[in-house]
Amino acid sequence: MRVAVQPALFDPGAELTAFTAGVRGAGAVVSFTGLVRDEGGSLSGMEIEHYPGMTEKAIAGMVEEAVARWTLSDALVIHRYGPLKPGEAIMMVATAAPHRGDAFAAAEFLMDYLKSRAPFWKKETGAGGGAWVAAKDADEEALKRW
Amino acid sequence: MIDVLYFAWVRERIGLPREKVETGAATVADLIDELRGREDRYAAAFADISALRVALDQELSSFDAPLSGVREVAFFPPMTGG
Repeated sequence: MRVAVQPALFDPGAELTAFTAGVRGAGAVVSFTGLVRDEGGSLSGMEIEHYPGMTEKAIAGMVEEAVARWTLSDALVIHRYGPLKPGEAIMMVATAAPHRGDAFAAAEFLMDYLKSRAPFWKKETGAGGGAWVAAKDADEEALKRW
Repeated sequence: MIDVLYFAWVRERIGLPREKVETGAATVADLIDELRGREDRYAAAFADISALRVALDQELSSFDAPLSGVREVAFFPPMTGG
């Protein structure tokens, strides 16, 4: 299991290749990569703030819970902070499991929790200045299915 | 003495990321009342508690939680990761 909270760009393809190569005994790997949208060109970028210390602990807790709930061979979470440009990867989740059902479910669980329970705050920057992204009720609602 | 941290628009509204606060507040809600009474910028940041979340020693908590033994309190808006 690996959790990385970093400002640096990462290559989702290379990360997935390395993750898959390191997995033992899995029959399925699922991955998700979140990108900065350009919102039709109106967005010049994004600034992500986080809570150092709590972020790493919160994500580690989510991964632990995923491991307890599903049969996983491995899991990876990478999440960036700092300034990001449209088109860049913000974060990625990868899960490996003996069977695909567990890999899909655990990846979705991690995604839902990262969205509303990991202490990150997104600020969109554009021509008109910056605006904090508001949390969506649907994201909070999504946690209830777990 | 506890460390009080602010993130995102709470940090911007108050104008600083963290500070040490000398308080006898029993709960998070009591601490918020104390902070609100300080200056307008605090009153503005804490105007609507339903728009805020709180973490005690880096664990999400609630406004009625006791502060005894807590070293670090953080206030922030709902999280927008992922």
